[in-house]
Amino acid sequence: MAAIEILDLEKSYLVGFWRKHRKPALRSLRLTIEEGEVFGFLGPNGAGKTTTLKLLMGLVFPTAGTARILGMDMDDPRVKSQIGFLPEQPYFYDHLSARELLNYYGQLSGMAAKGRSARVEQMLARVGLSDWAGVQLRKFSKGMLQRVGLAQAILHDPKLVFLDEPMSGLDPMGRREVRDLIQQLRHEGKTVFFSTHILSDAEALCDRVGVIHQGELRGVGAVVELTSQTQGKIEIIFCAQKVPAGLISLGAESRVSGDMVNAVLPEEQQDAALDVLRRERLKLISLTPVRRSLEEYYVQKLRAPEAPTESRKGAGV
Amino acid sequence: MNSGGTNARIRYIAFNTFREAVRDRVLYNLIAFALLLSGAAILVGEISIDIERLVVVNLGLTAVSLFGVVIASFIGIGLVSKEIDKRTLYTVLSRPVRRWEFVVGKFFGLTGTLVVNTFFMALGVFLALLYVAHKFEMMDVWVLVALYFIVLQFLIVCALALFFSSFSTPLMSAVFTFALFVVGSLAEDLRGFARITRGVGGWVATAIAYLVPNFSALNVISQVAHGDAVSGRLILYDSVYALLYSAMAISGAVLIFQRRNLK
Repeated sequence: MAAIEILDLEKSYLVGFWRKHRKPALRSLRLTIEEGEVFGFLGPNGAGKTTTLKLLMGLVFPTAGTARILGMDMDDPRVKSQIGFLPEQPYFYDHLSARELLNYYGQLSGMAAKGRSARVEQMLARVGLSDWAGVQLRKFSKGMLQRVGLAQAILHDPKLVFLDEPMSGLDPMGRREVRDLIQQLRHEGKTVFFSTHILSDAEALCDRVGVIHQGELRGVGAVVELTSQTQGKIEIIFCAQKVPAGLISLGAESRVSGDMVNAVLPEEQQDAALDVLRRERLKLISLTPVRRSLEEYYVQKLRAPEAPTESRKGAGV
Repeated sequence: MNSGGTNARIRYIAFNTFREAVRDRVLYNLIAFALLLSGAAILVGEISIDIERLVVVNLGLTAVSLFGVVIASFIGIGLVSKEIDKRTLYTVLSRPVRRWEFVVGKFFGLTGTLVVNTFFMALGVFLALLYVAHKFEMMDVWVLVALYFIVLQFLIVCALALFFSSFSTPLMSAVFTFALFVVGSLAEDLRGFARITRGVGGWVATAIAYLVPNFSALNVISQVAHGDAVSGRLILYDSVYALLYSAMAISGAVLIFQRRNLK
């Protein structure tokens, strides 16, 4: 079953002094996320990522379209007890301690009193805040607040977790911990939908990614497929202190670093290149096809011209 | 979500609002109130020209009312807008909490804060009374009724503050709420003016006079200061009026907030 089905969701705001001009924030988004999937929603600032999440959370109302979450209409109140949400740069009631805040959210989520306290302590431990549990949130750093945000998002053991820029404001160690947490959620069978503009995180974590720009979905694809696509080139690494003339004549782009040479050349020159290395009696270290990085895919989608309205729906790879 | 769940969620939100107000040191106003009242009681005790009771009841109850109205307005206007500005609302509304439950919970939380505040202030008024009169009298019961009417005023002010803050900025909400409190305190005069005005002006004046909350009907401070009784009928009418008016203002706040995009 699909965890999220977004059906032509649109949002535009009326702007200007007389509120007569429509400014689109999200244009006819159609997207399906399967259960158990970790989906990365990529795009630059202002692309429409947060608007999409706010629409799905019911914080803003769509101009057109709808969505189904866990098989229910997104307006169905039952949906909320099965989802968790971490907003971008979360801010919480700063007069509460982390423990009190989680307890309050547990109450609002309908968690039974029995077992709630234990679950709160478990979540605090999971995000590494046990020692700070009784401290008021006003004394927390940005990174610590982000951890509290993650704890509240998974407190009630939701099936589906929405994370808006979860790595934002975290130091390298904090980012790594969040990555580990998302991996754990995947192993627990949760569906994770997270927005980010940090591509390395998306590449490391996601099953699929979608690229959004100027409110328009530019492309969706499986990370494995996107990054396994070769570009008709191979990369050869071998031991040498200079590039053999035979390789240069094959059109190789080479770089010498110490006793190693890294050469990139067209795939069809592979056999000829290996012949050159054999002739010169050079030791081959590796030969790999040049794969497309997620960054290249992202940049390509961002630079693509705006698609006409009809083709926007269900944008593919 | 069943109705039991709804009640529980409203209770949790109300308790959190109360806790927030207490930790934000809202109840510190009690210190200023205590200083004002004890100073006045000592001063009146020194003068002693048989109006001690009148002065203490008048001053005490007026202070209770004003302190409460200021707290109700200034906390009330921030209840919703602050949660939107700071985005604390996002993590609340992404849970099984309906928007109307949030507004109603906030209302009860603020009302609870004011009731607790008023309880301590009332204690101060009675202590000051005991200090100047050395004993309690039967007519002091009417001071309790006046305090009850003041709490009814707070209900309306809280509801209005929430109503304005559901669509306006905190500053404008404060201006609207306080302006309505002032105009509402003159509601009886406004109704008198409407009665003697003819034509379109009369219609407009009548509409305004009955639309603004009638705070003057909820003010019996002067009456009880003179030891006069308050009729049971007035207590009943005022109770029903305050509850209906607050319910209407809260309903308006809910209707607006239900449709609001939380940008």
